[in-house]
Amino acid sequence: MTSFRLNGHDVSVDVPDDTPLLWVIRDEIGLTGTKFGCGIGMCGACTVHVGGRATRSCITPVSAVQGAEITTIEGLDPAGAHPVQEAWKDLQVPQCGYCQSGQIMQAASLLHDYPQPTDEDIDAVMGGSLCRCMTYIRIRDAIKKAAAATRGEPSNG
Amino acid sequence: MGKLGRMDLGQRAGNEAANGLSRRGFLMAAVGAGVMFGFPAARAAQQFMAPGLPGDGAFEPTIWCAIAPDGTITVNIIRAEMGQHVGTALARIIADEMNADWDRVKINYVDSDPKWGLMVTGGSWSVWMTWDVFRQAGAAARLALTDAGATLLGVPAAQCTTRDGMVIAGAKSISYGDIVARAHPTRSFTPDELAKLPLKPATERHLIGNKALKALDIPAKTNGTALYGIDAKVDGMVYARPKMPPTRYGSRVRSVDDSAARTIKGYQRYLVIEDPSEVVQGWVVAIADTYSAAIRAADLLKVDWTPGETINVSEKDIIDHGRAQIDRKDGGVMVFDDKGVDSTFAAAASTFSQDYTCASVMHYQLEPTNALAFEKDGIFEIHAGNQWQSLILPTLAKALDRPEKSIVLRSYLLGGGFGRRLNGDYMIPAALASKTLGKPVKLILTRSDDMQFDSFRSPSIQRIRVAFDGQKAITAMEYHASAGWPTQVMAAAFMSKGVDGKPYDPFAIAGGDHWYEVGPLRVRALSNDLANRTFRPGWLRSVSPGWVSWGLESSWDEIAHIQGKDPVQFRLEHLTGAGRNKGEAPDSTGGALRQAAVVRRVAEKAGWGRTMPKDTALGIATTFGQERGMPTWIACAAQVHVDRATGIVRCQKLSIVVDAGTIVDPDGARAQTEGAALWGLSMALFEGSEIVGGLPRDRNLNTYTPLRIADVPEMEIEFLPSTEKPTGLGEPGTTVIAPAIGNAIFNAVGVRMRHLPIRPADVLRALTEKGGAAT
Repeated sequence: MTSFRLNGHDVSVDVPDDTPLLWVIRDEIGLTGTKFGCGIGMCGACTVHVGGRATRSCITPVSAVQGAEITTIEGLDPAGAHPVQEAWKDLQVPQCGYCQSGQIMQAASLLHDYPQPTDEDIDAVMGGSLCRCMTYIRIRDAIKKAAAATRGEPSNG
Repeated sequence: MGKLGRMDLGQRAGNEAANGLSRRGFLMAAVGAGVMFGFPAARAAQQFMAPGLPGDGAFEPTIWCAIAPDGTITVNIIRAEMGQHVGTALARIIADEMNADWDRVKINYVDSDPKWGLMVTGGSWSVWMTWDVFRQAGAAARLALTDAGATLLGVPAAQCTTRDGMVIAGAKSISYGDIVARAHPTRSFTPDELAKLPLKPATERHLIGNKALKALDIPAKTNGTALYGIDAKVDGMVYARPKMPPTRYGSRVRSVDDSAARTIKGYQRYLVIEDPSEVVQGWVVAIADTYSAAIRAADLLKVDWTPGETINVSEKDIIDHGRAQIDRKDGGVMVFDDKGVDSTFAAAASTFSQDYTCASVMHYQLEPTNALAFEKDGIFEIHAGNQWQSLILPTLAKALDRPEKSIVLRSYLLGGGFGRRLNGDYMIPAALASKTLGKPVKLILTRSDDMQFDSFRSPSIQRIRVAFDGQKAITAMEYHASAGWPTQVMAAAFMSKGVDGKPYDPFAIAGGDHWYEVGPLRVRALSNDLANRTFRPGWLRSVSPGWVSWGLESSWDEIAHIQGKDPVQFRLEHLTGAGRNKGEAPDSTGGALRQAAVVRRVAEKAGWGRTMPKDTALGIATTFGQERGMPTWIACAAQVHVDRATGIVRCQKLSIVVDAGTIVDPDGARAQTEGAALWGLSMALFEGSEIVGGLPRDRNLNTYTPLRIADVPEMEIEFLPSTEKPTGLGEPGTTVIAPAIGNAIFNAVGVRMRHLPIRPADVLRALTEKGGAAT
């Protein structure tokens, strides 16, 4: 039995300790916004926050999150209106959208660490998140826009 | 409050977002039941893409749209939503012609049904194919509503106009919804009547080309509520993961030992898939309570196979075979074979001949292929993202041994298409496993499974020969290409006929039939049968124009340099728009002169001819997009820097100019061109595989390395203004990038690359051979 908090709610699951967190979230708990891409932690589609840190859920055994606070895309903002989500909609970032839950979770974490991210910060932090539709230009612009919005600055982006 | 109740609250956030969409009428996510101790409720949850049905009392002037009494307009979309925002683009066309209120428009991604006709999403065709159909359907709705509205207003229809979903006569007006609610119109139109309806002139359009509209599919893609095939769930389903055989075809299962798999909690059993359609040969699937158990059980299954005959085939074998095919004068199919090619070459003062090759390229669509299959009320339902429902349905019927009309494909968002999901092979093992077990089966391929049997882009070899007269003017040209033929293998009915009457795969030669004036031209397409036997060749974003352009546009630069001419000027001199290159209305009005226009504009935009820093240069390339019958005129100038010490090529900037006729969705057009161009860059410099032992070498991102965010260059994209018929935009952006980069490398450091992808080691080797490497 592993217990943790998910999107602010207590959860207990009875699955083998080495079950990847991704499949616990998707199949046991039933929240499917977190996606399966590569299964080896190299595409970022499965990114969630564990204790506020962007974490690849596909390679995180559920036993490792005992007692942890986990946030998925569904829990990032109650109205789906986190500054990153707003910027993503404003700049029409998603194409197929499959990677975007992971991109948004990674970007939200990036802004927490780097409120004024440079291009180099973005390259370094977002480099692990593959977008096969190649929406990278807009991802970069939307991160900057969300950063400005978070700081309360007007944005021309 | 107990855990269940708390979790239900926790899910309401997602639910509310979903309901917001539902009010908008776009998507409905039936959110799974909450979490309980042990989770029986979660496993029992159903989650389907909900159809956006118009509701009772709606008026359907054609099958393409319905106007409900509350004013909601439902547009039926038969194309796959895979990132191109196709539903929004197509809905604009019909809604614009109707003079509808855009805020009342919703999209219904339909399930397979013969009434929709050919269901395929590919070839950059969707807008081009739907343009006339949806404008006519919109005009029909407008006419029927105007007539019914005029009666209700008590005025002649001739005195009525329409705007923003209202029929208006002077100071009187009535909304489309009220017309439907009060008059209950039932008018329908014959195909002849539809074809004769007057259409709005371009100047009166308010949605087509409107830059303020947003894509209807985007909000759900930012909050976790968008539903992809992998998210579909039904009561009582079991999970399956295949165990892939050692060859794509011909592998036979000798024995299966599941003693180790049985140690996995939740493992149920294995199945050896017997597929009467012979698409899936030698697959074994592990069945389990959960997908994570199925993954592990499949890993532990020990299967002994007799492999198929292609177990030792390599990438080099396939390229060598293609070269040998090209070397022979016989064989292949003539796409063009103008009189006088041979005699002109025989009389030539000199000739040019070069071969260009491209490596295998994997789709790596981010959502691995998957399908949920079950029988319900006599209908076999397949829930999955797919690009070519009309193609896989007959195959499924054969595999399941039941009539096509008893099978339905339910539509989902696609976590990437790029051509992978034109081939619906992944539905077959799910369906057969469900048939055997008599229960719903959710089959998901892991990434390594998916890549092992991807329908990847075939390795290719092309040869370009040009004859010159004594003044080095081009007098004749030959273009030959050999590659695997996806259409021959998977959709033979869609082959084209050559001038010699023989069938060929247009998606394995298009691009070679270019718009340059070169005198007599021969274009010969060769099916690489060794490729076809070894793997299932696929259609991959930009299909043949994505690799044909590598040879053609590289050779065009090589010839320009031989002649001592500027590559831009040289292209313009041969884009004269004469003869067969003058174009035909409505699809290619203006012909090669429109290609010349994008070349001219991109040269201007990129500052062609300006002085560049050391080892830095511009390179140019141009294509007509996907096919002669639907040209998207495009040109690119790529600015690259080459590091002589490492061979690393850095693409600094891409300037792209496009003429795709009328632009229906300006932001979507830009997004597609951005993504397509970066695919082109990725295939030029970052990704490519190799067939080893009959299979692609790469199975995941540990060795397969598509472009990432840090590799993205500066980009400038311009669409030339036009009111011509819209052509395609999903792929043309891909076609111009690799040759523009190859040509830029030559201009920067003087080495000519003739293989894709361009790897630093190859550049370094070329520099060393030329004596230009840094030491």
